[in-house]
Amino acid sequence: GVMMLQLPLVVTAQVDLVLLLVSLLALWTRLSRLSYPNAVVFDEVYYGQFVSLYMKRVFFIDDSGPPLGHLILAFGGFDGNFVWNRIGAEYPSSVSVWSLRLLPALCGALCVPLVYLLTLELRFSHLSALGAALLLLLENSLIVQSRFMLLESVLIFFVLLAFFSYLRFHNTPSSCFRYGWLILSGASCAAAVGVKYMGVFSYLLLLGVASLHTWNLIGDRGVSHVSPAELCVCVCVCVCLQLSVCVQCVCRVVCLLVVPVLLYVFWFYVHLSLLHRSGPHDQLMSSAFQASLEGGLSRITQGQPLEVAYGSQVTLRSSASQPVPCWLHSHKANYPIRYENGRGSSHQQQVTCYPFKDVNNWWIIKDPGRQELVVSSPPRPVRHGDVIQLVHGMTSRFLNSHDVAAPMSPHAQEVSGYIDFNVSMPTQNLWRVDISNREAESESWKTILSDVRLVHVNTSAVLRMTGVSLPDWGFRQLEVVADKLFKAQSSSLDWTVEEHRYGTSQEQKEREAELHSPTHIDVNRKISFWAKFLEVQWKMLTVKQEDSEHKYSSSPLEWITMETNIAYWLHSSTNAQIHLIGNPVSWGVANLSLLAYQLLAAVYLLRRRRGFKDLPDGVWSQFVCLGCVCVGGWVVNFVPFFLMEKTLFLYHYLPALCYLHLLSPALLEHTHTHLLRYFHFNSRMLLVVLSYRTFCPLTYGSPELSANQLQGLKWRGSWDILYRRR
Amino acid sequence: MAKEECISQRNKTAGDTSALRNRKVFPSSEKTPSSPLSKGTHSQTAGHHSEDDAQSSNGTSAQCSTRGNNSEEPPSRVLLMLVVGLSFSTRLYKIADPPHVCWDETHFGKMGSYYINRTFFFDVHPPLGKMLIGLAGYMTGYDGTFPFVKPGDKYEHHNYWGMRGFCAVLGSCLPVFAYLIVLELSQSHTAALITATLLIFDTGSITISQYILLDPILMFFIMAAVLSMVKFNQQRYRPFSATWWLWLVLTGVSLAGALGVKFVGLFVILLVGLNTVWDLWRLLGDLSLSLVDITKHLLARVVGLILLPLLLYITIFAIHFVVLNKSGPGDGFFSSAFQSRLIGNNLHNASMPEYLAYGSTITVKNLRIAGGYLHSHWHLYPEGVGAKQQQVTAYLHKDYNNLWLVQRHGENECEKRGILLRKTTRNLHTHLHEAPLTKKHFQVTGYGINGTGDINDLWQVEVCGGQKGDLVKVLRSKVRFLHRATGCVLYSSGKTLPKWGWEQVEVTCSPYLKETPSSQWNIEDHINPKLPNISLSVLKPHFLEILLESHIVMIRGNSGLKPKDNEMNSKPWHWPINYQGLRFSGVNDTDYRVYLLGNPVVWWINLASLGLYVIMVAVASVALQRGFSLGQKRIGMVIDCDSNDSHVLMREGGQLFLGWLLHYAPFYTMGRVLYYHHYFPAMLFNSMLTGITLDVLLKSADLLLRRPYSDWLQRVGLMVLLFSVLYSFYLFHPLSYGMTGPLAHEAGSAMAGLKWMDSWEF
Repeated sequence: GVMMLQLPLVVTAQVDLVLLLVSLLALWTRLSRLSYPNAVVFDEVYYGQFVSLYMKRVFFIDDSGPPLGHLILAFGGFDGNFVWNRIGAEYPSSVSVWSLRLLPALCGALCVPLVYLLTLELRFSHLSALGAALLLLLENSLIVQSRFMLLESVLIFFVLLAFFSYLRFHNTPSSCFRYGWLILSGASCAAAVGVKYMGVFSYLLLLGVASLHTWNLIGDRGVSHVSPAELCVCVCVCVCLQLSVCVQCVCRVVCLLVVPVLLYVFWFYVHLSLLHRSGPHDQLMSSAFQASLEGGLSRITQGQPLEVAYGSQVTLRSSASQPVPCWLHSHKANYPIRYENGRGSSHQQQVTCYPFKDVNNWWIIKDPGRQELVVSSPPRPVRHGDVIQLVHGMTSRFLNSHDVAAPMSPHAQEVSGYIDFNVSMPTQNLWRVDISNREAESESWKTILSDVRLVHVNTSAVLRMTGVSLPDWGFRQLEVVADKLFKAQSSSLDWTVEEHRYGTSQEQKEREAELHSPTHIDVNRKISFWAKFLEVQWKMLTVKQEDSEHKYSSSPLEWITMETNIAYWLHSSTNAQIHLIGNPVSWGVANLSLLAYQLLAAVYLLRRRRGFKDLPDGVWSQFVCLGCVCVGGWVVNFVPFFLMEKTLFLYHYLPALCYLHLLSPALLEHTHTHLLRYFHFNSRMLLVVLSYRTFCPLTYGSPELSANQLQGLKWRGSWDILYRRR
Repeated sequence: MAKEECISQRNKTAGDTSALRNRKVFPSSEKTPSSPLSKGTHSQTAGHHSEDDAQSSNGTSAQCSTRGNNSEEPPSRVLLMLVVGLSFSTRLYKIADPPHVCWDETHFGKMGSYYINRTFFFDVHPPLGKMLIGLAGYMTGYDGTFPFVKPGDKYEHHNYWGMRGFCAVLGSCLPVFAYLIVLELSQSHTAALITATLLIFDTGSITISQYILLDPILMFFIMAAVLSMVKFNQQRYRPFSATWWLWLVLTGVSLAGALGVKFVGLFVILLVGLNTVWDLWRLLGDLSLSLVDITKHLLARVVGLILLPLLLYITIFAIHFVVLNKSGPGDGFFSSAFQSRLIGNNLHNASMPEYLAYGSTITVKNLRIAGGYLHSHWHLYPEGVGAKQQQVTAYLHKDYNNLWLVQRHGENECEKRGILLRKTTRNLHTHLHEAPLTKKHFQVTGYGINGTGDINDLWQVEVCGGQKGDLVKVLRSKVRFLHRATGCVLYSSGKTLPKWGWEQVEVTCSPYLKETPSSQWNIEDHINPKLPNISLSVLKPHFLEILLESHIVMIRGNSGLKPKDNEMNSKPWHWPINYQGLRFSGVNDTDYRVYLLGNPVVWWINLASLGLYVIMVAVASVALQRGFSLGQKRIGMVIDCDSNDSHVLMREGGQLFLGWLLHYAPFYTMGRVLYYHHYFPAMLFNSMLTGITLDVLLKSADLLLRRPYSDWLQRVGLMVLLFSVLYSFYLFHPLSYGMTGPLAHEAGSAMAGLKWMDSWEF
C-alpha cells in the first residue's frame, strides 16, 4: 500500500486488498496452532542444541553454516536447560515452543507477499502475481519447513527479499530514495549468506544480474565515435558523463559488495561477543583462541608468564588439529630394537604426541651454554633464531634427532629422548627456534601466541607430528618425526606453548614435585576480533563433518520428481504424523513450466538469430529478465548439489522450488498474451487447492488418519509413510 | 556493436578477395598448409587496411602494411625450421639417460609390455596411449620381457629407447604446434616466437616429454586438435572445400586421440565444442545463408566432430579387447561374464554345476561394477574398530581366501538357508557393532572355530526378483544375504579400508534394505563334486556391454585414487606458481637425479601475463563499451591497427584463456589424488596466451612513446625476454638432463644457489 500525508490531516491510503488477503492467508497457514506438536520435530534436535548453547553463552562452531541462522532461532529464547537428544521427545513447560518457532514461521509467511511483489517487479500482471503467491501459499513442503525451528524458510525469505529490493531499485527512476532499496538488497544478501552458505549462490546470481545492468549502464551513454575536430567540444560533456557513470558504478559496488561483506563479518562479531564461555568445540580451536574463552583452557593458563625464557617449563601443543589435538610427550619406554618389518631403530627413549593432559608433557627450555634449568632473574627470553635444548621434565632426557628412519614414516628422521648407549651415536640435541608468525626478526617466543617451528641444527629437519598412530609398543600415541622436506602442511610443523611457568628448582626431585603442582596466577589476555573471526571462518570451511547415510537422505535427481519424502514426526501413540511432502500438483506445474521456458527460450533465440523478431523489444527483455531470475535461480540453487559430497535431503531443494513457483504463472501469462489464448487459470488453481487439502493432515500432523487413509495418501510407491501397529 | 559488425563485414569482403587471391597466387596451398595460408590471410588484412585507412591518413596505412608485410618475407620458413630444429634437439638430447626405470615408466612401460604379450590388464586411463607405446616398442625391437617392477631398475640389454624416443618425438611437436597456432591466431611472428621460446626452453616440458609417459602423447593430441581447429576456423570463408574438410576431419581424429589417451581429453573436446557452437551461432546469424546451408554446416560438424571421433574411440577399444585376449592381472576388476572371454582365466571355457547346493565351495562377487570378491584373511580388526574378530573385506583379485563353503543350518527347508563358512574355518558373522568406515552399518567379521558359531552366523539367501524356493543359479542369479538375527543385508560400501585392512574394500551389514548393486552378489566359482557340470560359454557378453563395463570400471578406479593418509598431496594452486616438482629419478647425492620442474622464469612470466591479460582485456572492453577507442589518444593515428590488436587480444586470446581455464579449473573439483604434471596441458595454453599478450603489450608501447622510441622499446623488451628465458634455461637445464653430486642446498653442488623456493627438492 502507498500512503500520502496531506494537510489538513487527511490520510489517503491505497491498499492492495489482494496483497493483504494473501498475506493474511499466509500468516494463517503458517502460524495457526504453531505449538503443536509439543515435541522435538526432526532437525529441531540439531538446531535446538545451538540455541541452548546461545542461551548459556557457550562457544560453539557449526560447520553447516554461519551463525546468523542460529542467532535468529535463538531470539525465540528459553532458559537453555533442555537436552536435545531425541526426535519426538516432549517439550517441558519451561520451553516456549511457540516463540521458538515464531520467527521461522513469520519468515515463511512473509515469503508469500514477497513473491507477489517480486512478480510485479518483474513487470507481470497482478493476476500472475496472485498465482505465484497462491502457489507458494499452498505448497505443503514450504508450510512444513517453516512451521518448525528450521532455517530454510529464513534463507528463502532473505533471498526473495534481496531480489525484490534489487529489482525495485532497478525499476525506480533515479532518486536518492532508490539507493535505499539497493542497500536493503545488499543487506539481505548478507543475511541470506549468513543463514546458510547456500545463499552464496543466489548472491552470486544477483551480482551477475547487477553487473549485467551496470555493464549496460557503462555502455548506455557512450558518446559514439568522436572525430578529432569535435574532440575539444565534447571533452566537457564527456567528463561530466564519465563522472556520473563512475559515481553510479561505485555506489553499486559499495552497496552490493562492501555492505554485504561488512555485515557478514558483523554477524560473526555478534556471535563471538555473545559466546564467551568455553564449551564442547574448544578442542577444534587453537590455544590462543581457547585461552580467550572463559573457563576451559583460560582457567589453566591465566596469569602465565608471557615470554618463554631459558629455564621455562612448558607444554608444547601441535597446531595441527588432525587427527586429534595433542601435546609433545615422552615417557620411560624405548623404541623397540627391531620393528615388525625388520627395520632397526636407535632404541632410545620414545618421543610422541599425546592427546591428553599429562605430567609427561612438560619440557624445560635449556640454554646449551649453561647447566642451570631454572629461570635466572631477570629472565632471559628466548628469541626467534636462538638455539635451545629441550629437556624432558620427568625423565631429564634431551630431545634428540638423528639419521635413523622414523618408526612409521621411514622417509623422515626419528626423534628420541637421547640415551647414550656408547655405540658411537653422538648427541644431536640442538634445536633452533623459528617463530613462523613473527612480526619482527628478534621477536621473543610468546606463550600461546607464537607458532614455533623447531629446526634441528645438525640436519635442518623440522619437528613434526605426522598424525600416524604408533603400534602397541608406542601405546597407540601419535608419531613425532623430524622431517627434512618442507613437504607437509604447515600446521603440522608448528607448535605452541600452552601451559608455561618459570622453573625454580634445580634438583630433579623438587622439579618433579613442581611439575605435578598446578599453575595459577592472574592476568587476562585477549586476541583481536579479526584473528578470531579468521580462525572460526577457516575452521568452519575446513572441518569435515563425517558424511553419514540417513534413512531419509536422497540424491538431487530424486528431488525433481519428489521420489522421497521425509518423516518429520510421529505421534508417540497414534498415527498422527508430519511429513515433508510437497504439493504434487504444483511440483508438476513447476517442472512443466521449467521445461516450457527452456523450449520457448531456445525457439525465440534461434528465430531471433535468423532475423524473425517474434516479440517486441520490451517484452523480450522482460522475458529474458524472467529467465535470468527464475531459471537462473533454480539452476544456481540446484546444480551445486551435484558436486557436494555431504548428505542431502529433500528440503535442500526448497529454495530452487520457490524460483519455479515464481516462474510458472509469469510464463503462463506470457504464453497467454503472446502465443495462445486458451489456458484456464482457475481450473489449475483449483487442482492445487485440492491437493493441498488432501495432504493437509500430513502437513499439520492433525487430524489423525486411519491406516487406510494413509495408504490412500501414498501416491508414490517410494514414499515412506508410517503406520502404527494396533 | 557497430564496430563489431563493421569488422565482420570487412572480414567477409576481404575474405572473399583473399580466397580469390589464394587460388590465383598460391595454387599449391594444399601441400604446405602452414605458411602460405597465413600469407593469404595476411595479405588480406594488409590489403584491407590500406583500402580503409587511405581515407584517414597515410601514416596509418603505411605502418599497418609494413606490419602485415613482415609475415610474407622468407623469415617465416626459416623461423619455423629453427623452431623445429631446436625443439627436436632439446627433447632428443640424452634421451637414453638415465638407463633405468624412471617414475611412472614403471606403469606405462609395463602396460606397453602387456600389449606385446597380449595379457589383459586394468588401468584407469583409456588404452590408446599405452597401445601406441606398446607399438613403438614392438617396432623398435623391444620384446616385452622387461618386468618394470619399480623405479630405478636397470634396463640392461632391453630396448627401451624406442618407446622413449617415440614419446619424445611427439613431445617435440608441441612447441611447433604452439608456434603455428599462435601464428595463425595473431598473425604476428613476434607472438609466435615468444610462445615457441617459452616452450622450447621450459625444463618441465622437456622432462615430461623424455620418458615413457602418457602425457606427451596426450598433449600431442590436444595441441593437434587445437591447431586443426584454428586452421579450420581460418577456412571459414571457403566452406566445404577440400582443405576445410581436411582440417575438420583432423580435428575429429585428434579429439578421439586425446580422449583415447586420458579422460583429460574431455576438456579439449569441450573447448572445441564451445568453439563449434560459437561458430554455428555465427553462421545462424548470417542471413545470407539459407537454412539448408546451415543444416549442411551442422551435419558436417556432427559427422566430423562427434560421429567420427566416437567411431575411432570405439575402434580403439575394439582393438584393445582383441589384442588383449589372455588372462592377466586385471581380471578381478571385471564382472564374471567379462572374464569368461579371457584365455587362461578359470572361467574361460569353464564348466561348473549350475545350481547352488549345500556343501558347495564358492566365491561370491559383489555386483557393484568393480566390486570385489567377499574375502577374509587371518588378520583381526584392530583395537577400537568394533569387536576384535577376523576381518571380512571385499578384494578385487582372485585369491584362495575368497573361497567360502555353504553349510546347512537346522532342518531341511524349501528356501536356501545356511551358514556361509570360510575355508579357513570361520563363519561369516555380523553383530551390532558399528562398521569401521560406514558408521551406520554393522561390522561383519569371521567368527567361530571350524564351523561352530552362534545365532549371529545365520544368513538367509534371497534371489532378487525371485520367489521363495527358487534355486540359486551360478553367475546369473542376483543374490542378497539377509542376516537373520538383525535383519540387515550384506553390503559392500566401496570404501577403502586403511592400512590395517590392507587397503581392501569395506564389507558391512546394512540396515537399509533398498535393493542396490552394493547389496547384491553373484556366485562366481562353484565347486561341488556331487553335481554335474554345465558349460559357461553361453554367457559371453556383447561388445557394447564390455565397452560400458570397462568405462564404469575406469571411472570408478579414477575416483578411487584417493590421497593416502601419509602422502603429501599436490594442490592445484601449487601448480601455476611452480611450487613443487616431482622426483623422476634418484634421491641421494650419489644418484643420477632428474627432477620434473618447470623453468621458474618461464612459469612466472606465464603467471604474470595471465594477470596482465585479464587487466588488458578489462581495460580494452570497458573502453570499447564506453565507445572510445584507445587509438584516440594518439590523435588520428593507427586507430584501426589498434582495434585489430584488441580484437586479437579479446577474441583469439579469449579462446586460449578458455583453453587454460578448461584444463585447469576442473581440477579444483576433483576428489582424486592430483600430481604436478596434471598442469602441463594448461601450461601449454598459458604459454600461447603469454605470446599473444606480450606481443600486444609490446605493440602498445606506442601509447606511451612516440616513434621511433617505441620501436626501440619493443625490440629491447623482446630481447630482454628472450635472453632471460635462455639464461634461465642455461641455469636450470640440469633438472632435465640429470644432476649428480651433492644436493642443491649442500655446498659444492652444481645447482647451488638455484633453490629459489624451499619447497623444491633437488
